[in-house]
Amino acid sequence: MKDTRCTAVLGTVASDSHMWNLMFLQLLLGEMGYRVVNLGVCVPAGFFLEQCRQHRPDLVVVSSVNGHGYTEGWALAELLRTDPALDGVPMVIGGKLGTAGPLDETQTADLLAAGFDAVFADGSDPRQFLDFVRRPVLVEAG
Amino acid sequence: MSTVTPGPFAAAVAAAHRRGEVVVQPRMGFGDPAVMRYGLATVARSRACTVGTITLDSYTRVGAHEAARRALVDGAPLNGFPIVAHGTGITREVLAEARAGGMPVQVRHGSARPEDIFAALLANGVDATEGGPVSYCLPYSRVPLREAVDSWKRCCAAYAGLREAGVEPHLESFGGCLLGQLCPPGLLVAVTLLEGMFFAQHGLRSVSLSYAQQVDHDQDVEALAALHRLIGEWLPGLDTHIVLYTYMGVYPRTRAGALELLGASARLAKHGGACRLLVKTPAEAHRIPTIAENVTALEYASRVAAAEGPADGPPGDTGVYAEARALIEAVLELDDDIGTALCRAFAKGYLDVPYCLHADNRGESRGFIDERGRLAWSAPGRMPVRAARGGVELTSSGLLLALSHVQRGFDRMGAGDRPE
Ligand code: B12
Repeated sequence: MKDTRCTAVLGTVASDSHMWNLMFLQLLLGEMGYRVVNLGVCVPAGFFLEQCRQHRPDLVVVSSVNGHGYTEGWALAELLRTDPALDGVPMVIGGKLGTAGPLDETQTADLLAAGFDAVFADGSDPRQFLDFVRRPVLVEAG
Repeated sequence: MSTVTPGPFAAAVAAAHRRGEVVVQPRMGFGDPAVMRYGLATVARSRACTVGTITLDSYTRVGAHEAARRALVDGAPLNGFPIVAHGTGITREVLAEARAGGMPVQVRHGSARPEDIFAALLANGVDATEGGPVSYCLPYSRVPLREAVDSWKRCCAAYAGLREAGVEPHLESFGGCLLGQLCPPGLLVAVTLLEGMFFAQHGLRSVSLSYAQQVDHDQDVEALAALHRLIGEWLPGLDTHIVLYTYMGVYPRTRAGALELLGASARLAKHGGACRLLVKTPAEAHRIPTIAENVTALEYASRVAAAEGPADGPPGDTGVYAEARALIEAVLELDDDIGTALCRAFAKGYLDVPYCLHADNRGESRGFIDERGRLAWSAPGRMPVRAARGGVELTSSGLLLALSHVQRGFDRMGAGDRPE
């Protein structure tokens, strides 16, 4: 049978080895109706891009909690956005992205400018994320 | 009885133990050498029996030294001290003050392929570090287990060479932590012991075995007793001690709850006969702690430990020892070379870390918190352990609930509610 679900590619930045966040998001996205490709921990940026090319995702989710998410996430978004195949594909990042607590407004703006469509700070209302990921599923269904 | 003359780090732990004191130690690492140096100096001056820590940053852990150098140049924040990128001159300066103050320092990292890190340790004469072929691979990398085993073999052999410079190197296994939560104690005890045997097989004579505080005090005391007994059985003749980690999973958010959990770990260290305690701070749930927060936590834990006596009676026996022993024996039967035995054990699923996404972990096991609030297996996978109940389907909310069990309990307690 053909899998008609939308695909989400889920991963983290190259230096981050935390996996409970990935495990949680994999389950959550699965419950939202996505087919989830979980790239696991310490994903080299080039490998992330390669996997996106291969799986043609409808959504890209980057999660990082080790404090390097801001610095590495920024570079990762710029790289992923160089690929025309990912044009218009929603891309989000969330977690504990800085080493000094929540990011400030400029840092959040930097991540958006680098190519993310949304930044979910640690402690942000999970409903915002749910609303965001529901969107492509509805578009597809309608 | 061990005939090994330990190096400065292990000797300080042994001396404190003889005085009846628990050594408390921070998890501390900063990118800026001036801050790192000041941090060590401040820890040395704290009103607690301490040893110092240099925790390395995540770029260095994965071998991305160029990224670490760039971060230093750009002033981008780092989550630890990049020992390789900084080089020997700077690292020596950072260590100098601690050394002048007589405080031994351990380097803690989390690297599956740590050749560069060990070269830096040797170049700086650092006599204590942490790791293990399993515990620094599965939770910390996507490096194949076989590669991590081979790399750790080489690093152990190189580190043992410090002995020729007149210093006995000390290596701590992180096997008693793994992913930090939802892993029943038998597996934690087995992995740290097997890593201790691996270290010994590759030339080390002074090792510490670890255990991370879990969800139930009595179960933890039993696990520490099991570890003591297994060390006596499997690692005779070495210089050994047990190191306890304050809870390594999702931490209480409130200051009161966080301190309550830290205090509980200090009492556990006393009851379980752990010689050294790695502390957590009230910043844990939120961000990397400051130097001052670390010192407050060290002094608090030290006070609680000092006021606490040993356990009243012998620990209970719910089968932690038997489970750990069964796991250890199942692994050792696979090969005389412990590294090879470990690789085979993971391939066969005789060892299977619950919830671990690493490609060389089968991922068929599941731990859960039972109705009495203790860790148990809901799915044993192919391990020689008994499941307490059939598996239930894992959901995102069920996972969060299990992960936040300790956090919720201690935040409630901190708010004044007594536990049931
Ligand atoms: C367990 C743990 C570990 C385990 C991880 C095992 C593993 N492989 O997974 C071990 C002990 C190995 C570990 C190691 C390290 N850790 Co750690 N770890 C934790 C701890 C205690 C719990 C994390 C957890 O399990 N959370 C459960 C999951 C489900 O929740 P979460 O990760 O918080 O994510 C939630 C939200 O952020 C959100 N979210 C996350 N991502 C995304 C993405 C999107 C799109 C959205 C919408 C939401 C979202 O959803 C989740 C559910 O609410 C936290 C502190 C804490 N929270 O109590 C520290 C912590 C995350 N670790 C930290 C650090 C720094 C490290 C290390 C670098 C060591 C160090 N220097 O101290 C290494 C990592 C090495 C590396 N290469 O990255 C810091 C990070 C600080 C920072 N951001 O600046 C923390 C906060 C501790 C601290 N205060 O210092 N760690």
